[in-house]
Amino acid sequence: MANYSTNEFKAGLKVMLDGDPCSIVENELVKPGKGQAFNRVKMRNLMTGRVGEKTFKSGDSLEGADVMDLEMEYLYTDGDMWHFMKTDGSFEQYAVEKKALGDTSKWLKEQVPYTITLWDDKAISVTPPNFIELEVVETDPGLKGDTAQGGSKPATLTSGAVVRVPLFINRGEVLKIDTRSGDYVSRA
Amino acid sequence: MAIDWHPTASIETLRERARLMASVRAFFAARTVLEVETPVLGQGGSTDVHLVSLNTLARTDRGQRRLWLQTSPEFHMKRLLAAGSGPIFQLARSFRDGEVGARHNIEFTMLEWYRPQFSLNEMIAETAALVMALLPAAPGDIVHYRYRELFHTHLAVDPFTSSLEKLRALASERGQMSAHALADEGRDTCLDLLMSMVIEPQLGQQELSVVTDYPTSQAALARRHQDADGEWVASRFELYVNGIELANGYDELTDAEEQRLRFNADNAERRRLGLPEVDIDENLLAALEHGMPEGAGVALGIDRLIQLALGKARLEDVLAFSTPHC
Repeated sequence: MANYSTNEFKAGLKVMLDGDPCSIVENELVKPGKGQAFNRVKMRNLMTGRVGEKTFKSGDSLEGADVMDLEMEYLYTDGDMWHFMKTDGSFEQYAVEKKALGDTSKWLKEQVPYTITLWDDKAISVTPPNFIELEVVETDPGLKGDTAQGGSKPATLTSGAVVRVPLFINRGEVLKIDTRSGDYVSRA
Repeated sequence: MAIDWHPTASIETLRERARLMASVRAFFAARTVLEVETPVLGQGGSTDVHLVSLNTLARTDRGQRRLWLQTSPEFHMKRLLAAGSGPIFQLARSFRDGEVGARHNIEFTMLEWYRPQFSLNEMIAETAALVMALLPAAPGDIVHYRYRELFHTHLAVDPFTSSLEKLRALASERGQMSAHALADEGRDTCLDLLMSMVIEPQLGQQELSVVTDYPTSQAALARRHQDADGEWVASRFELYVNGIELANGYDELTDAEEQRLRFNADNAERRRLGLPEVDIDENLLAALEHGMPEGAGVALGIDRLIQLALGKARLEDVLAFSTPHC
């Protein structure tokens, strides 16, 4: 991969830092009145998801990371690995480890497209769509006549996620959920 | 893709900018400081190891010459001083390659002025008065700090006497730079990192902070003197408002021989670092040899002061067309 100098650090650029691929979030030039200039760089470690700050001398460079985001549909799990297939018509499949799947494990649904981040052609993270529709498999019986306002209760969805839903929701209903917050949005 | 030809500053901001520029001129007119205009191009450039000069080739009546885009109007203005101009100021377009950010633009406007016979303290007072005149509300009292004192207060370390190992460890920890990247760096890089990452953000909060007595290694074109502790320091000041460095002033070096030594030392350091050397400005050295009156000078990033006065987040918000939208 090519090397990138600090003045090429734009948001979204993928670089290697201490052996891990990172995505640049923010880059700011810092310079005392006279003297050495520095770049204060905010970057997300793509292996851990953690965002940290690091300072570089202006002009220093980092190796680029071979990272790309691809859209893939979820197929199935064999218990060890989770299998996804590219949506570009190539039918190419990727197996994802539990570690890379992370919190997305609770938002899995067959045939839904996910964003898979590949580093050196290996899946390192899975991002669910912002909204997903899932069926309620378990919740207390719905209360007749109860409308949108007032009270909530836990409901377990087909994917295993537990979300707070309004009291009128019944088992078997399909709900629209915001995966970023884990909040109930509406009936689907 | 549609080309975005629009200005980076709003027309309303440019009106405000023009008003502030008029205030600068009025400030100096009231003090009978002469406005001058000197060339953007010069035969010599700044040798400062931390500045990257742009240059260009021009066909002159002396043949093809490499001319340097000035990083500040300093050399030309000092030649005017040596020629007997008396006090002068300039709003000068200046260029520093690679300096891009919320407070930097490669092409910018430097407000620079020189006061023969002024002491550094008189110059600090005048600089503070100008800043106060341009800001909509006074930031607060003018508070003086010595460089050394700031390191003691904020980092419990002495910038002059602490070991290099200690400075490196502290710079790595507080400056968030990897120890590996600092392993070959000298004292000044460590001090610069700690100054810009830890100390500067805390300066100029509800006050106008003035920092003096810098290490002699950071003297640039300033004289040196012995401070109260007997330590040799640079006769230089920096002024801060809201954690932003606005101005840099010197008790100006007038010794041609010393100036040549510093230029040569810069170029030697450039060779060591594998950086291109910069042509030394022989015109400036000849002018200093002829004799430049003693006095003080200040360089102030006027775009930054306008940014602060108008409460804008980024420098480009106060520039008609920031680089590379130019």
